[in-house]
Amino acid sequence: MTTDDGVEALLRELAPQVLGALVRRYGRFDTCEDAVQEALLAAALRWPERGVPESPRGWLITVASRRLTDQLRAESSRRRREETAATLAGHDVLAGFAADDLAPADQDDTLALLFLCCHPALSAASQVALTLRAVGGLTTAQIAQAFLVPEATMAQRISRGKQSIRAAGARFTMPPPDQRAERLRTVLHVLYLIFNEGYTATSGPDLHRSALTGEAIRLTRDLRRVLPDEGEVAGLLALMLLTDARRPARTLPDGSLVPLAEQDRSLWQAGSIEEGVALITDTLSRAPIGPYQLQAAIAAIHDEARRAGDTDWPQILALYDLLERISPNPIIRLNRAVAIAMVRGPEAGLDLLETLDADARMVGHHRLDAVRAHLLEMAGDQVAAIASYRTAARRTRSLPEQRYLEARAARLAALDETS
Amino acid sequence: MKYVLLIHTNPAAWDALPKEETDRVLGDHFAMIDELTKSGELIRVDGLANERTFVEFRGGAGVITDGPFGEVKEQLAGVFAVDCNDLERAIQIAGPISQHGVVEIRPLMDAAGGEEM
Repeated sequence: MTTDDGVEALLRELAPQVLGALVRRYGRFDTCEDAVQEALLAAALRWPERGVPESPRGWLITVASRRLTDQLRAESSRRRREETAATLAGHDVLAGFAADDLAPADQDDTLALLFLCCHPALSAASQVALTLRAVGGLTTAQIAQAFLVPEATMAQRISRGKQSIRAAGARFTMPPPDQRAERLRTVLHVLYLIFNEGYTATSGPDLHRSALTGEAIRLTRDLRRVLPDEGEVAGLLALMLLTDARRPARTLPDGSLVPLAEQDRSLWQAGSIEEGVALITDTLSRAPIGPYQLQAAIAAIHDEARRAGDTDWPQILALYDLLERISPNPIIRLNRAVAIAMVRGPEAGLDLLETLDADARMVGHHRLDAVRAHLLEMAGDQVAAIASYRTAARRTRSLPEQRYLEARAARLAALDETS
Repeated sequence: MKYVLLIHTNPAAWDALPKEETDRVLGDHFAMIDELTKSGELIRVDGLANERTFVEFRGGAGVITDGPFGEVKEQLAGVFAVDCNDLERAIQIAGPISQHGVVEIRPLMDAAGGEEM
């Protein structure tokens, strides 16, 4: 790790703590968030050159507070409220903070910040962007690069998010107990979205995007430290670890996709698998069951199979049965169809797929055609399989997936000619 | 989801509209640009000039031709690139900017993505 990486990691860790301290002191989340971002940028420029100050947290709080008072002063003079400016001017910025604020790591701040950034008044896109900036400590430019949009677009999403928080009158406190479970579900969903955005990206030009995976895992780890007894938090962390473990094998160097059954399993990251399996095993034994835990358990079964042929499909099917009961949705049914096909044969899977044909949420969805193509191929119906692969290839928006589906169709067509 | 919204219009029909009408429609365009900018959904927006040059690859090089659109009166007048929640939202965006024309919504392909089977 270079010094710059070290500084960046430190800044990202301190970002939510500094923001929490400021918001508790001044109460204005939107203005405080800007001030913290400026302090982080100042530190990123200064620390690698001049060294990390003795109390990095205190340094950031001091600099951010100065920026904040500058800004409040500018605002009040604009509004001709010099008396406010006079009160703010010249006071010792650190004097207003309780001793606790300057002490390291107040973990509850991370949680309160996550709840604020994932407030239901915000659009999903704003929730994601604001979480990455305010809790993750990423710059607007980094987030924009990761999501492949101009920086101005991302800046607007962040400021719109902050306006929505303000308009909703949301406070920097924990949500009331009767709303906490629902709000936590939103937080977990936002972290899941961040993970997925990074996971489906590969390497090379999408490096910024794939870094989102690590960021999502880091934030979920933080959340788990604060909420160690929430089964779904642990479930989501395990799911991320067990999925991310396969990332080195899911694409070839040229970017083409490798299906799970054909992946070089020696490339899977053993450390992540071990951690994920231990986490989900422990969680399932003591927490109320939930969809992330079940998905993690399924991922664990895949990851533990030394060869694709060793996969315990009956157990995967049992877990999908349970998952569909507690959280019914068409994508889960689609995956259950694959599991049924592996246990009872392709015809049984194809029968289940038919129940999805009438589902409005699946109309035109390439995944339905892609799964059908695989099952038809398994069933030996090459002509129908080729047609389904081609339909799926036409409908997907992912170039690597399109190439993969076209290659499957072409391979079957070639087999058909030689037979 | 990233989409481009391609605005096709008939320049002759547009030119024949009274000024109040074209001003009103352009006002709706600017209002939509403003809305998309503020929401953080706008990637970029461009108006296209009327001049058209068609190039086709013939005999190993690009040559200027009349193009395949000789008889078609509609042409591309503007392009919006947006990053929005779903197709439903893209259709909503397309509404006001489709006046006196037609908007074609096309999803952008992603160089990454895809799920392993």
